[in-house]
Amino acid sequence: MADKTKNAEPKVGSVSRPPTAFEYGYDKSFRILTLAAGVLTVLLLVYIFWKLGALAAPAMREYGLGFLTTVEWNPNKNEYGILAEIWGTLYSSFLALLFGGVLGISVAIFLTQGFLNARLAWVFRLIVEMLAAIPSVVYGLWGIYVLIPAIRPMANWLHETLPFIPFFSTKLAGPGMFPAMIVLSIMILPTVAAISQDAFKAIPMKIQEAAYGMGTTKWEAIRKVIIPTASGGIFASLVLGFGRALGETMALAMLIGNAQQVSLSLFSPATTLASLLASTFPEAGANQIGPLMYAAVVLLVITMAVNFIGTIIMNYTSRQTVT
Amino acid sequence: MKIGNFSTGAKVAAVAAAMLVSGTVAQAQDVQLTGSGASFPFPLYSAWFKDFGQKTGIQVNYQSKGSGAGIEDFINGVVDFAASDAAMDDEEIAKVEGGVVLLPMTAGEVVLAFNLDGVSDLKLPRDVYPKIFLGEVTKWNDPAIAAANDGVDLPDEDITVVVRSDSSGTSFNFTNHLAAISSDFESTVGAGKTVPWPKASNFIAAPGNQGITATIKQTPGAIGYIEYGYAQQTKTPYAMLENQAGNYVAAGADAGKAALASAEFDDMNRAFITDPKGEQAYPIATFTWLLLYKQGQDADTVAALKKMVDYGLTTGQDMADKLGYIPLPESVVELDRKSVAEIK
Repeated sequence: MADKTKNAEPKVGSVSRPPTAFEYGYDKSFRILTLAAGVLTVLLLVYIFWKLGALAAPAMREYGLGFLTTVEWNPNKNEYGILAEIWGTLYSSFLALLFGGVLGISVAIFLTQGFLNARLAWVFRLIVEMLAAIPSVVYGLWGIYVLIPAIRPMANWLHETLPFIPFFSTKLAGPGMFPAMIVLSIMILPTVAAISQDAFKAIPMKIQEAAYGMGTTKWEAIRKVIIPTASGGIFASLVLGFGRALGETMALAMLIGNAQQVSLSLFSPATTLASLLASTFPEAGANQIGPLMYAAVVLLVITMAVNFIGTIIMNYTSRQTVT
Repeated sequence: MKIGNFSTGAKVAAVAAAMLVSGTVAQAQDVQLTGSGASFPFPLYSAWFKDFGQKTGIQVNYQSKGSGAGIEDFINGVVDFAASDAAMDDEEIAKVEGGVVLLPMTAGEVVLAFNLDGVSDLKLPRDVYPKIFLGEVTKWNDPAIAAANDGVDLPDEDITVVVRSDSSGTSFNFTNHLAAISSDFESTVGAGKTVPWPKASNFIAAPGNQGITATIKQTPGAIGYIEYGYAQQTKTPYAMLENQAGNYVAAGADAGKAALASAEFDDMNRAFITDPKGEQAYPIATFTWLLLYKQGQDADTVAALKKMVDYGLTTGQDMADKLGYIPLPESVVELDRKSVAEIK
């Protein structure tokens, strides 16, 4: 017995011992540090909102909601309205989502459903993700020097043969909605592909096996079982991709043509909120700062709302797939 | 106290190090000038300041932020000097306590560059080019254009108009000219650094002189306004414009000088030539100004600024022509010298 109690006492060099005061302090300060980082992030966001709001408040009072529903940017007469920018932002992002979304989800299916061996799929995935590393301005230059000359003949052929369809009602001179949309689709592709791949991977193997067990073909299994099961994650990937498209600035400022007008035509120039801010701010006089801040608040609210919805959907669905 | 000592110590060490490197104690200059403003004369100013720095040891840091931002910096007192294509208006001048001195330093021309397959010489009549920028003339083979261009095979192509998306001194001068020669333009678009261009699908906006130049080069059937120097450097063809006297004139040093000759300066050295007279005057020319404080700066800074202005008025003028700017007429150089003397 006595021997046993001796053995139970900690030996010199044993790993288990009560933590020292230093380690307590170390642990605590680390916790405080992480807490501070978290709080700081939240405070930063609140501060940005508050500061922007304060700068925008005079313009909000002066121009009211009419600011959101008129098309005008005339600093000489102090008349401002950002309907064309809001329209262009939403329309270009929506179109990009349509193309980039379909492409991204297809890529995700291709990479996760056993069409490729694991090694090749890994390489493929890396390449898709590398698209996200290309700087925006490079996309813009590529758009101007490669994409626009390449799509111009096709676009103008569409305009000449089908001018009665509203989407093709104008000629594509150069910069415009269509090239902007294509570049934007490529830019959101990595976001959509990566997040929907995660959604597909989260589906338990047994669900797939059950589908095959019932005699479905691979295509039927994907269409009727896999996609519906992963639909929450796919939807979240689309919303986040949309959020990314809304805020994109440089490539769009270079490609969309910066024309203040509301048009359904894919080939006419348009403008976006981010591109208005980027091109007008550097030389804006005092009278333009207020309206620009107001426009910045509108952009911030739109992107925040979209990202918020996306995150909620993603949290909700990821919890569901685990159980 | 400690911090003060440290920074003095650091300064002494830095000066000592600079002396060691340069090797000449007497020549050591620690005056640095900071300026900001117009992008229109930036290619010229950056060449000036580089050469000036090598010759005198006075470092000039110039940030090409745009005229509006330059004036703002100048009023806030964060720079030693500023530059602007629109000079300063009376309201802005009133905000600077000790007073300002405005010096026209160089002048430039705005050209209408175009991209038209097989056409390198184009004449645009005085009543037609405002209409292009109003969106009223939309085809290259419009009878009004064809009438002025005998023997030129104008294609049946849509005109794509390229304008500035950012606020700019170039837009300011160009729209002032158009407003001066076309009452329609004045009433619908107006003049300013940012103007509401017609909302038509053939209008595209691009940022900066470089942005417009690149867009024109990439877009068949495009026309746009850029600073002469940019057209010259990129070899983009530009149109001959009909001036007030009815002659078609191409941009260049002589045509620019002829345009500047009709300038009449007010007591603050401001002159906007919206529609120059003169048989051979190019119609769209503008001065660009340096903005200096009349008083309140320390002696070293004032001495350095005066040296810089003197350089610009002498050696600097020789460089202007090569870089696509118009050398100042002798009378304007004299005017500047008189004004510089007022600075204390």
